[in-house]
Amino acid sequence: MSEAEPPDDHEDPDAQPPSPHPDTVQEPPVSGDDFLSPAPDGTATGLIVETSEGDQELSFRSATDAGELRREVGAVLRLPEGVAIDPSDIDVERTDDETMIINMGPQHPSTHGVLRLMFELDGETVLRTKPVIGYLHTGMEKTAEELTYVQGSTNVTRMDYLSPLHNELVLSLAVEALLGVEMPPRSDWIRMLLVELNRVSSHLMWMATNGMDLGSTSMMIYGFREREMILAFFEKTTGLRMNHNFIRPGGTAADLPDGWEDDVTIICDTVLPRADEYDELLTGQPVFRQRTEGIGGLSAEEALALSLTGPILRSTGVPWDLRRSMPYLRYDEVDFDVIVGTYGDNFDRYSIRLNEIRESIRIIRQIVEKMPAGDYRVQDKKVTPPPRARINESMEALIHHFKVFTEGFKVPEGEVYVATESPRGELGCYLVSDGSPKPYRMHIRGPSFVNLQGLPLMMRGGLLADAVAVCSSVDPVMGEVDR
Amino acid sequence: MHLAHAGPGVSGSGGSSTRTSERNRQEVVFPTRDQYVEVVRGYRDGGFEMCADLCGVDYLTHQGRRLPEGVAPERFEVVVNLLSLSQVKRVRIRLQVPESDAAAPSLFELYPGVEAMEREAYDLLGIVFAGHPDMTRILLPEDWEGHPLRKDYGVGRVPIQFKGAPGPR
Repeated sequence: MSEAEPPDDHEDPDAQPPSPHPDTVQEPPVSGDDFLSPAPDGTATGLIVETSEGDQELSFRSATDAGELRREVGAVLRLPEGVAIDPSDIDVERTDDETMIINMGPQHPSTHGVLRLMFELDGETVLRTKPVIGYLHTGMEKTAEELTYVQGSTNVTRMDYLSPLHNELVLSLAVEALLGVEMPPRSDWIRMLLVELNRVSSHLMWMATNGMDLGSTSMMIYGFREREMILAFFEKTTGLRMNHNFIRPGGTAADLPDGWEDDVTIICDTVLPRADEYDELLTGQPVFRQRTEGIGGLSAEEALALSLTGPILRSTGVPWDLRRSMPYLRYDEVDFDVIVGTYGDNFDRYSIRLNEIRESIRIIRQIVEKMPAGDYRVQDKKVTPPPRARINESMEALIHHFKVFTEGFKVPEGEVYVATESPRGELGCYLVSDGSPKPYRMHIRGPSFVNLQGLPLMMRGGLLADAVAVCSSVDPVMGEVDR
Repeated sequence: MHLAHAGPGVSGSGGSSTRTSERNRQEVVFPTRDQYVEVVRGYRDGGFEMCADLCGVDYLTHQGRRLPEGVAPERFEVVVNLLSLSQVKRVRIRLQVPESDAAAPSLFELYPGVEAMEREAYDLLGIVFAGHPDMTRILLPEDWEGHPLRKDYGVGRVPIQFKGAPGPR
């Protein structure tokens, strides 16, 4: 032993493999795995600082007072006795040592866009949740103030990218309300046809992603397959699969293509039996039911207090559908049922969307029957451009065409709030006009934005594994949340 | 001290009894800041179960807007849309908020659902809601300067704030 050591010592300076970065050893860790660990003096470094959202994040328990804790679990929802969560039920004494704050997102396959969720966990149980949003914010409401009313629908259509036609519709309805124009019947019916098809495609997309979140990848493929049929029809009609800019103030951009009845009938005849197949694939399946029944439950009072709308509100048993309650377009002339649930859980939300596909198909079939002849846009040359052929022969037509597409049309001074039922809930548009060709203020009330508020309450007390299922059943579209 | 009621919801537009304007007829109320919470409480107790929407408007470049008599125009407005499911009715509340004191009482105690909406109005217009439990930015990063939906916040001349941020390497 003693003889072996001297050679080791002697060889050491030469045998030591040269460090690739000899200088970095002395520096504080700034790269690699050390991003996420605090510096030796306890301050956050690296990615923690660069990605921090500051006070927007979920704070540690020790930094949160009891009132705040109660708020985050929904004890201040002003609910009647027995419905509200008992404030004494909330363990405000728990320390940080017993709980853990973990982060999901902003990029995660199951967050449906760039949504970041922060959970406080006790073991596997979710105590508090906070959605951190804004990663897709591009200032679309500000952009809208820079665009004319004619250009406006190209902007809003990109908000809720799974139901673009609903966005275009709500803006158009708001502009038309300010203009005070009476729409020709055919344009109303064309719009209804398109938004109902869009509702089907959006719900199919939801079925697909919800299936994927719950581990049913077959459902994902099926949902996308059927949605593709509808998108193909949209492409034929509007020229684009998404972001159509087809429903515009004053009507639609064009008439429906020849033979649209056949295309739509084929879609109806395909989707309806396929919906029965989904029923077979998911509804009766024990694993699917166990992952959805009783998960993410909500009461009607809670949903109303949190301003939740759409399938989430209906799943709690409130029969509120703007198409029925405050009809717009010609929804008072078609026959359909409003689907409501009972327990307000994931399974109810699933069944509502599945059955809303069937109801939409029912509406679409009636539209095919009742579609009137006539103009697809209002014949007011100050609002809608003249037909292309007229430009060649009429000086006034050319002037109007030029004015509409350069300056835009002026909208009388005023303000209005218009709401429609999008696949996700109440999609509203608050529009203020100062009499110029551009909106003075355009605010979109995004249903996903508001519905996300329900997440902390729905997830409270559930398992972390169910958080993905709950998030999925809310069906948030982040383009609309962040706008 | 009185509440000014404007006629149809589409204030300022034609007002002919067409199908469109008939459907968009909504009640608009203009309370003062002192009356604001009590007025909303009155509506809540009167069956308006849901606060459908809350947003802010900056009227900096449109001061001459039409308002009912007795309502002094201010730079900012907070616009609240209440919804009654039982009476199938909407009411819109327009609160004038002066530039010198861009603050309004929070409706959180009445409608917890305004939480995200008031944060959005604060974030984009800089209207502070007193009594809101979590008055932080919601869409923009916490260290963002300015409030983009204000009319004096320019478009396209603000450098991208992430550009100079130090990268991880």
